[in-house]
Amino acid sequence: MTTRIVELRRGILKKNDELAAGLRARYAAAGVLVLNLVSSPGTGKTAFLEQTLRGLRAAGARAAALVGDLETDNDARRLASAGVPVRQINTHGICHLDAEMIGKHLADWQDVALDQLEYLFIENVGNLVCPSSYDLGERIRIVLLSVTEGEDKPLKYPTLFNSADAAVITKMDIAEPCGFDREAALANIKEIRPGIRIFETSAKSGAGMEEWLAYLAEARAGRS
Amino acid sequence: MHELSIVASIVDSVTETLTTLPDSSRGARVLEVRLNVGALASVVPDSLEFCYGLASEGTPLEGSKLVIHLLPVVVHCGPCGLDAELEGVQSFRCPRCGEPSIDLRQGRELEIDSIEIEEDEEKK
Repeated sequence: MTTRIVELRRGILKKNDELAAGLRARYAAAGVLVLNLVSSPGTGKTAFLEQTLRGLRAAGARAAALVGDLETDNDARRLASAGVPVRQINTHGICHLDAEMIGKHLADWQDVALDQLEYLFIENVGNLVCPSSYDLGERIRIVLLSVTEGEDKPLKYPTLFNSADAAVITKMDIAEPCGFDREAALANIKEIRPGIRIFETSAKSGAGMEEWLAYLAEARAGRS
Repeated sequence: MHELSIVASIVDSVTETLTTLPDSSRGARVLEVRLNVGALASVVPDSLEFCYGLASEGTPLEGSKLVIHLLPVVVHCGPCGLDAELEGVQSFRCPRCGEPSIDLRQGRELEIDSIEIEEDEEKK
């Protein structure tokens, strides 16, 4: 018997990374800005996205959304009320979306052609851990944090916050009754992801949405 | 909790590698699978090890050991011009000058580094 070492040096998520690279090239060729929205369950991703889609539609922009959940199409039905194409992805127990799921749903989506879109939002499964490992080919990864979750969440889940391109604080309308320490939250986000752009928003009152929509337009034009 | 799917990818990848080995190594037993896991890879080593036993059952990897080499985060500091290792993942600043940095040089790795196999001498 002899033993020997065989070098592999192979990425474990190589297949996902390759599929994501293919998607990224397709999005770029179609001229669509793709954003991946990640947060805990209950942060208010869907309410925030619904207001975003309404705002974009009112401005005459063409947007669509893919929404991931373990089960039910409740979120897709809710988002569809914004008047844009929405497609639900049920992962049936899987804790994250991956590039293969996105590719498959884009291929099956009859009423949407990527090159007819300006914005495509991907609402990930509510989870602050696993989605950080799976590239979906997005150009911008948004992490959301609500005022009810505690200011130290960025410190507790650094892997995701560190991988984000911009952060959105939601439910600012109830910040005061929740005793939300705004300064501490902003400092913690910046400690984990120095230089990140942070939006303070409320889907209910509309606060911060104008600034957010302006950022989207700038990002799409390639200015941020 | 995506460790089971990660481990399933490892088993697939190693099984595939075994089929590409020269004829003399056919039927080799896998003793060890060595991983490099960065501090920002979002996987829990204990959980990987637990899932590995389940996922490797009935495959050529059954009974082998999963060895996890943890890699700390390394950031490049512009002002110092140095690559600096961070002690944890709670602060992304150069440990020497305190300047924040998002220029990661290490820490997101999730890869199979190598495998150790045992082969019969007679086949050589």
